[in-house]
Amino acid sequence: MRKHGFSPHSLIEALHSVQDTFGYIDREALIFVSGSLRLPLSKVYGVATFYHYFTLKPQGKHTCVICTGTACYIKGVPALLDSLQAQYGVTLGETTADGELSVLSARCVGACGLAPVAVIDGHVAGKLTPESLLKRLEEVIHHELHHQS
Amino acid sequence: MIRAQQNVQVITLIIDGAPVGARTDETILDVAKQNNIFIPTLCHLEGLSVIGACRLCLVEVKGLNRLLPACVTRVQEGMEVTTISERLTRYRRWILELLFSERNHVCAVCVANGFCELQSLAEKLGMDHVRIPYRHPKFAVDATHDRFVSDNNRCILCGRCVRVCGEVEGAHTLDFMGRGILSRVVSDLDQPWGESVTCTRCSKCVQVCPTGAIMEKGRTFAEKFERRGFLPYLTTMREEQS
Amino acid sequence: MSFTTNLEDLIHVRERVQTELAGRKHRIHVCVAAGCLSSGSADVLAALKKTIQERGLESTCLVKGVGCMGPCAGGPLVCIEPEGIYYAQVQPSDAEEIVEKLDREPVARLQMSTDEPFFTRQKKIVLENCGRIDPEEIDDYIAAKGYHALYKTLATMTPSEVIAEVVKSGLRGRGGAGYPTGLKWTTVAKTGKQQKYVICNADEGDPGAFMDRSILESDPHRVLEGMAIAAYAVGADQGYIYIRAEYPLAIERLRKAIKQAEQGTFLGKNIMGTTFSFHVELRLGAGAYVCGEETALIASIEGGRGTPRPRPPYPAESGLFGRSTLINNVETLANIAPIIRYGGEWYSQIGTAQSKGTKVFALAGKVKNTGLIEVPMGATLKEIIFDIGGGIPDGKKLKAVQTGGPTGGCIPEDKIDMPVDYESLAQVGSIMGSGGMIVIDETSSMVDVARYFMEFSVSESCGKCVPCRVGTSQMHDILSRVLKGEATEHDLAILEELCDVIKNTSLCGLGQSAPNPVLSTLRYFRKEYESYLRPAEQAAANNHGGVQ
Repeated sequence: MRKHGFSPHSLIEALHSVQDTFGYIDREALIFVSGSLRLPLSKVYGVATFYHYFTLKPQGKHTCVICTGTACYIKGVPALLDSLQAQYGVTLGETTADGELSVLSARCVGACGLAPVAVIDGHVAGKLTPESLLKRLEEVIHHELHHQS
Repeated sequence: MIRAQQNVQVITLIIDGAPVGARTDETILDVAKQNNIFIPTLCHLEGLSVIGACRLCLVEVKGLNRLLPACVTRVQEGMEVTTISERLTRYRRWILELLFSERNHVCAVCVANGFCELQSLAEKLGMDHVRIPYRHPKFAVDATHDRFVSDNNRCILCGRCVRVCGEVEGAHTLDFMGRGILSRVVSDLDQPWGESVTCTRCSKCVQVCPTGAIMEKGRTFAEKFERRGFLPYLTTMREEQS
Repeated sequence: MSFTTNLEDLIHVRERVQTELAGRKHRIHVCVAAGCLSSGSADVLAALKKTIQERGLESTCLVKGVGCMGPCAGGPLVCIEPEGIYYAQVQPSDAEEIVEKLDREPVARLQMSTDEPFFTRQKKIVLENCGRIDPEEIDDYIAAKGYHALYKTLATMTPSEVIAEVVKSGLRGRGGAGYPTGLKWTTVAKTGKQQKYVICNADEGDPGAFMDRSILESDPHRVLEGMAIAAYAVGADQGYIYIRAEYPLAIERLRKAIKQAEQGTFLGKNIMGTTFSFHVELRLGAGAYVCGEETALIASIEGGRGTPRPRPPYPAESGLFGRSTLINNVETLANIAPIIRYGGEWYSQIGTAQSKGTKVFALAGKVKNTGLIEVPMGATLKEIIFDIGGGIPDGKKLKAVQTGGPTGGCIPEDKIDMPVDYESLAQVGSIMGSGGMIVIDETSSMVDVARYFMEFSVSESCGKCVPCRVGTSQMHDILSRVLKGEATEHDLAILEELCDVIKNTSLCGLGQSAPNPVLSTLRYFRKEYESYLRPAEQAAANNHGGVQ
């Protein structure tokens, strides 16, 4: 916020910083940003909830962003979602009960030549099938656990 | 409310076949009102900024394929405007039907029955049934405030309350959250209104709400009462100060 | 990176780089744009570099990362220059063999044929540098005649002369609306001497479209150069690139490019030693398709909810912070440098009478060669899908082509010979849009496709105006009921009416074009809709004999 001179126009940039740092935007952060930029609380809240990129809920340890763009949809995203539901019991916008995995959606990540696509922990994974998707997720989740123990 | 321009001229335009005089800093809606020509509106309120959101005031302009919102469009010399036609009536009815289907508008139990702008427009434009299924979203009523009640079931998202609270009172307690069909008017960080730290209890939102979405406590069915006399003075006050 | 201020310096850099390149017997290019990166091209690049190093071949072989070469489905892609050999689906383990075979015959099992229409039938203007230069090296860009157009502009042309060239070129906005670019520039320039802004719209919200992303990742300086020329022409000194947050690689490359450009005095204060100053900053989007609409974009840069405003007034008159603003799409700006270099006349010779120049398309869906292509306006759908695209995989038949993004239309298979340009697409009930082209085969239900697009519009509607906010939701519900077999002929009639209402009464382009997928599928695939109706309804529909 200092970089932008505490200008009220920099609200979206500020929210991005919060989310990049903490993974999500909580009430304290909203109040802090509102006070620093001298913007009304409801305005800050309105902006934070307008944009789908921002989340006010804490995310799971691992995120799987399923691309729900046209090319990916045509190439079989519904099947991927079904397999996620079957394996982890979650669908778009939900986090598993153990907090390990959040499944989110993005309208298009721009890798349409590799449809269907998911972004797992920031890495783009393309040409997915239900099997390859589940395999990747298992690797990511268990690598973490293995690492910790 | 449109700010005054420099180099204002007086021109003539035609509305529904009749020539009328106007200033170039006026909108089609301004001129129509002055000449007692009715154009339906909901989100517009004299004294507040114009947003052109409800689309009820759309009019036909000769030479243009698309319809223009009368509340925002400034007049021009020789403009030929039609404010009522089969097409416009059809669209206006549909917009009302969409509104009625969106949330839970049940006149029979509403405080605004008989005082509601949505209701009067429906009557005036001959909308007596809705051709699309009602969506029946579930909204809770917020009665935590000591003086007012907020009922999202009756809200048409016109934004008048947001504008009056932000532009006139200056508290900006209310704003929209979310997007699209999931949008809602909230106070502060979507908190119970009674817990708001910014609300000044001025009741301006109650005064400007066109339906029964925001009301005074202690009023029941068909007892809505408004004090809107202060709004036109705002335009004058603002212009004199600027 | 040297400090350059004049043409001699530019030429000097160019010659230096070209000598360096010529001095190498082989250049190995590895695509490091998002698509190939996700398939592991970074490891391929590292493996090749290591192999070259181990064999002591650095002085004769240059290995570098480049931008998108086009055929994304074949990634990771490697290209050997100057022979022009393309390798597809390269793994790090292939590095040894590739290097081994450098002076001999190519590695057959990896090779991709370049005789195919995918390579021979494209005409690359916007994409001319993609896949050839390292997007993180400004010197590469200069060597490819980069910033030469900016120099020419500042040294030899007046703002009105620049605008005249753009007008002559016939360039139309590539973001979707196709508004004549020269006219837009003229309007902004005419607002006189005042604080003005140039905004590059890099929101690219259309799912299925990745042209802008590729350009920004593969040739970011090109866009900066276009912005600077635009700013000079209209009299602006501050620019913003509004880019969606879902493109982190493009954001990173742009940040680097801006820094490099400022160091080289191609941006910032006193560009190339002249009195012209132009600063560019990035502004991030946050997941709102509607922010691709100009007034919503402006609202977003101003730090608010991305809700559009009624137009007029147009941004040219009253835009960002209430000032005169020029907004252009990434691809539009990417055309500016060549137009200045070769002249507007040259550009106007390409394409059709009303649609000049080339267009970049993102070919995706059920087609063999998915990826980025650039063809002259007027190329036919058949050429694009069957020749360049390689046709439909798995022996399936083409059913429809969806163009223009989620608010475009579906074109049926029998229109395959139509030329692709603004007017022709409008005539068949679709739009050019930003260039997304999704190929749909016989296994897809057109009603489901329409429902999918309507779901998109419901989710992306900003909620300000009644027809779009409620109307799209109602239309989606009807389509869902149709798919479940619960709809009647009456529902279809309501659907059509709603299309008309929403199209004509919505506040902004999103609502005005949201019904397009439904309108076009009803127009060409009505029988398919009727096949979902309840049996009694179907009989009634058949009795009507298809009279609408």
